[in-house]
Formats: sequence, C-alpha cells, structure tokens
Amino acid sequence: MRKDLEYPFDPEYILKKSKHIKKELLADGTSRMEKRIAVLGGSTTHDVIRILELFLLNQGIAPVFYESEYGQYWQDAMFGNEQLDAFHPDIIYIHTSSRNITNWPAPGWDRAAADAALEEQFGHFQAMWEKLREKWHCPIIQNNMEEPFYRLLGNQDGVNPGGRTAFVRRLNGRFAEYAADTENFYINDLSYQAAAYGLDAWSDPFYWHMYKYALCLKAIPWLALNVSNIIKSIYGKNKKSLVLDLDNTLWGGIVGDDGVENLQIGQETSMGQVFSEFQSYVKSLKDIGIMLNVDSKNEEENALAGLNHPDGILRPEDFILIKANWEPKSENILKIASELNILPDSLVFADDNPAEREIVRTQAEGVSVPEIGSPEQYIRVLDHNGYFEVTSLSEDDRKRNEMYRANALRSAQQASFTDYGAYLESLQMKAQIRPFEALYMARIAQLTNKSNQFNLTTRRYTQSQIEEASQDPSCITLYGKLEDKFGDNGVVTVLIGREEEDGSAEKALHLDLWLMSCRVLKRDMEYAMMDVLVEKCRNRGIRRIYGYYYPTAKNGMVRNFYGLQGFEKIREEESGTVWRFEIPEDYEKKNRYIAVEE
Amino acid sequence: MTREEVYETLNGVFQDVFDDESIEVNDETTSDDIEDWDSLEHINLIAAVEQEFGVKFNMGQVVSMKNVGEMVDIILSQID
Repeated sequence: MRKDLEYPFDPEYILKKSKHIKKELLADGTSRMEKRIAVLGGSTTHDVIRILELFLLNQGIAPVFYESEYGQYWQDAMFGNEQLDAFHPDIIYIHTSSRNITNWPAPGWDRAAADAALEEQFGHFQAMWEKLREKWHCPIIQNNMEEPFYRLLGNQDGVNPGGRTAFVRRLNGRFAEYAADTENFYINDLSYQAAAYGLDAWSDPFYWHMYKYALCLKAIPWLALNVSNIIKSIYGKNKKSLVLDLDNTLWGGIVGDDGVENLQIGQETSMGQVFSEFQSYVKSLKDIGIMLNVDSKNEEENALAGLNHPDGILRPEDFILIKANWEPKSENILKIASELNILPDSLVFADDNPAEREIVRTQAEGVSVPEIGSPEQYIRVLDHNGYFEVTSLSEDDRKRNEMYRANALRSAQQASFTDYGAYLESLQMKAQIRPFEALYMARIAQLTNKSNQFNLTTRRYTQSQIEEASQDPSCITLYGKLEDKFGDNGVVTVLIGREEEDGSAEKALHLDLWLMSCRVLKRDMEYAMMDVLVEKCRNRGIRRIYGYYYPTAKNGMVRNFYGLQGFEKIREEESGTVWRFEIPEDYEKKNRYIAVEE
Repeated sequence: MTREEVYETLNGVFQDVFDDESIEVNDETTSDDIEDWDSLEHINLIAAVEQEFGVKFNMGQVVSMKNVGEMVDIILSQID
C-alpha cells in the first residue's frame, strides 16, 4: 500500500500528482481484479472518478468506469441508455448530494406536509434503486446527504418540520432503513464524511457555482477513499488482521525497563486513559472479526506481564499469535502471515516507532503501515483508513478470532502426534456437505470473492449469481462446513459444476469453481467434497468430470490439485490446464477422517 | 517574488498537473496551447496553483482569466 494514499494523506498532493501516481501504480507489477463501475452523478464527477481510480488501484482493483452525463443519474437509472447497457456494470455508485434534493419543505409547514414531502423525495430515490436492482442485480452504493450549508431557522432548523436540516436528517434515516433491509445495497455516508471534514469547507459554494461540484475539490480524496473502501470490502479485500507493537503502542512506557507497575494504562493518568481507550477500540475490532496479533521487541515474559496488567483491557488470550522476541519486526510479521495462512497484504501494522514502521513497510511488502501519529490519534488514523470496512457482518466474522485461536491450538497438538493420520483422527471432525442453502448464500459469495490461494478458477460471484446457480437445474452446487473438537470452522469450501453433453453425447460435469479456505488445509476436506461430488454425479448419470486450473499470482498451491484427486491432465494451455476424471464403477472414498452429514 | 520567480514555480505546477516536464508557460499561454488543458483539468489546475502560492481565486477572477499572464497578475497582487 502506498503511503501517500493512506490516511492521513495530503489531498492537494494527490490531486496535483494524480497522473504520476496512476502511472506508478500501473507499473508496480500488482495483479488486480478488473471491475466495471458505473458512476451516476447528480453533480460533476470528473475528479471524483480520477481520484477514486487511484484508491481502487491501490486496493488491488483495476476499475473501468462509466460516467453519466452531467446530473443525469436519475434518467440513466430509470430509462437506461445504450452506453450504460453496453457497459454492463459490476457495481453502481450513485453520487448525489443535498444539492439534488428537489422537494424541500418550507418554514411553517406542519408535520403532515413535511412527511408528505419526505415520502415523495424518498420515493424518487427508491424508484431508481428498485429499477437498477431489477435490471443489473449488482451491488449499489448510494451517497446519503450532507447537511445543508445554511440554516434558515438557526438551531431550530433541525427541529422544525419545515427545516431543511431536519429534512436531510430524516431522509438519511430512511436511506439507512432501506439499506439495512436490502441486500447488496450500501450507503456511502456523505453526511459523516462532510462532518468529519468540516461542513463549511466541504460545501464551499465556490465549487458548486463554478464547476457544479457538490463538495470542494480538496475533500474529494477523502470521499474517494470511503467509496473505495466500500468497493474493496464488497470484493473481499478487507484487511483481516491488526498486528500491534506493545511498548508505547498499547501502553505508555517500556515494560522491560519501567516494570509492569509503572506502565501508563488505566484511569489514573490522562496518558493512561488514552491507552485504555485505544485498547478498548482494539478489543472491539476483535469483536467484528479482526484477528489480533503482537509483533514486539520484548522478552515474551515481559510482553505477557504487560498484557496481564490489571488495568489493561486486552488480555493475552485476545491475540492469536504473540511474537515477542528480538528478531526484526518485518520477519516476525511475515511469519505471522504464513502461520495464519493469510497473505501479508491482509495485515495492518501499528507501531509508535517510525523506524520500525519503515522496516516493515519496506521489508514486508503488502502490509499496510499507517503513520499512526501520537497515541491520542491512533484510533482516528486506523479508523479513517477503513481497513476493516464492514459491508456484511456474518456470524463467521464474529467468530473468526475463536476459529484462528482454535487453529493455533490444533497446530500445537499436531506437534505432539508422530502420525498425521492419528492427529486427524483425534480432531473428531464432522462436516456438512450439501447443495447451496439460503442461510449461507452471503458467506458463499464472500468466499468466492476473497479466496485466492486454494482457488482453482478464481471466478468471483455476486450473491445473486450464487443464488442463480443454486436454482439452475443443470448445476451441481456444494458447500462444505467443517467442525472439530476445537470449534466450528463454518463454511470453508464451495464448488459449482455445470452439466453439459460432451462430444460423445455422454453427460459430463464441468467444474466452474472449486475453492477452499486455507484455514482448513490438510484436513482431508477436499477429499470429502470429492466423495460427495462423485455421488451426486452418479445420481444424475454423469460418468465424467472436467476440472480446470487457471493459474494466478496466488493459486500456485493447487496447480496439481486435480492430479491428487485422481484426474488425468488432458490439455495444457497458456490460460491453464484441463483435467478429466472418469468415475470408476468401484470408486473408493478418499476421505477417511471426517464424518460427513449430507 | 518577482514575475520570473512566479513563472518558475508555475511551470512546475503545470508540469505536475499535466504530467509533462516539457511544459513552459508565458504571459500569452492559454488552454489552446496545452493539449490536455480542458475545462475539467482547469479545475484541478486552479486548485494546484492556489495551493502552491497560498492564494485563493474568487469566482469572478476564475471566470474572467484570459491567459496565464492574467493568472500571474492575480498571484502577484495577492502575495505582495
């Protein structure tokens, strides 16, 4: 991640150097997923798109844009147009603002009149959303409204039914309710962004009257960061883990020098309160599924003593891995990534020491290393970067820490077995392998978007595409959920096969998708899936299965996956390899350690 | 700051905004002389000039500016 695009960034630098930054991003050798983004604007969008592109490139997404003609958001949505139809968006961003409100109430109106105006204004937007959803079945991002830049009724403008401020707040309430009840519909919180930026500066009327921008130019990077965060979160590119230093990051002072009793943490001093607030924030991150790890230059004993401080909020068991030693922090953090089976680009590193940050930034490529500032700023810097933007909060997310901790326990136990089979036996694994079910559609779509390593075709699906596949009679869909004595791993593997006649007029199954979460590597889960797949094929009279492997920068680990499953390689092409499996009469089940429930 | 010094700094701003190190501007330069300088890039250019010199153009000035010379006049009037 580029430092100049991480909060706190210099918006003027970004605006001025955008062409140069873009060139550098495109030349940095990152492989990115392409996404088609339709920007439907109620005001000028040129620079919004220019800067949004930078942030998306930085997040691993290569955007292609459709831009509506000036102010044509509603017309484009309601009536479509040829270019938009041909464009076929993956995602739609509606950039409107309170400049687009047409149905303002007037002072003196009673509640009923204001309610009617509100309904009509909301209806204008709702009709458009419904139309877009019906036509495109893709995620929609909608700005809510920034508060008006003047208050005719002063402080009562937010109270009186005829006040514009009250109207905007109520409209935003309606937008939020709609978003909460609607899948694949996300609010970009312009109201919050404008408040955080400063409403007077944000709404500088110069930019509206001069260029028809609904916000000042300098605020555009902050807006673009927020929109890019929603988009990368939808496509599974959120950060997964926060890796923390200890001394002067989680508490004031150096535990090894000052002793536990002299650390600044707790309610006694103002600095102690700052660190307590930060520890509470970090603990809340864990509750939304962010994995916590420690990377600190310390004796482990001292690190644990600090984390057991009676006034501290975080405890050693809140962390999955605690690397407290004298190795370079960049090496520790790479070890954390590999032990958790996640990529360095899903880690965020927080350390008060600029030299340590620089080492990690340069030696552990991919890790996000914000300039976190002084202790009272840590929360704002981490928060405003939106590393952990929540677009869906699944049960799995909330349990992720437990799951990874259980994994760490499993590894510890694994070491005590000499025979791997005996270890697998001891896990008492139980799996559920079934066709896609309504309950898991969101999780399944999420997995297709975030699994990169154990993923044969790296096809990304939206939730509606997943639902379609599950309804399609020519498709075999399977998900697998794995439980063991240490805990429930949730849904960890997904496959989609499509039935087609092959040349010999026999029915054959083509595997469009097969992926598995790396947290259940080497547990035999892929064999259990294969066994159920074979059985499903037999039930349909299918005797032949085709598998496809498309190499990417990240999925080398499954290059020979189909070979291990007993497939025969029949073609090797530039784009990948094609494999065939003839189901034998006497197919022998491959999974020996998991009790499967279908 | 002399007019020459303003031009020296201004060239840098134009070069950054249009990402072209060969750009040199003078009193007579207008948007016709620089290929990428359209009404949309103009917005970004004005903002970058304001930031570089710590000046602020008002609407009337932005609307009536005819060439780079007039831009430099306004800059000089604000920084002196």
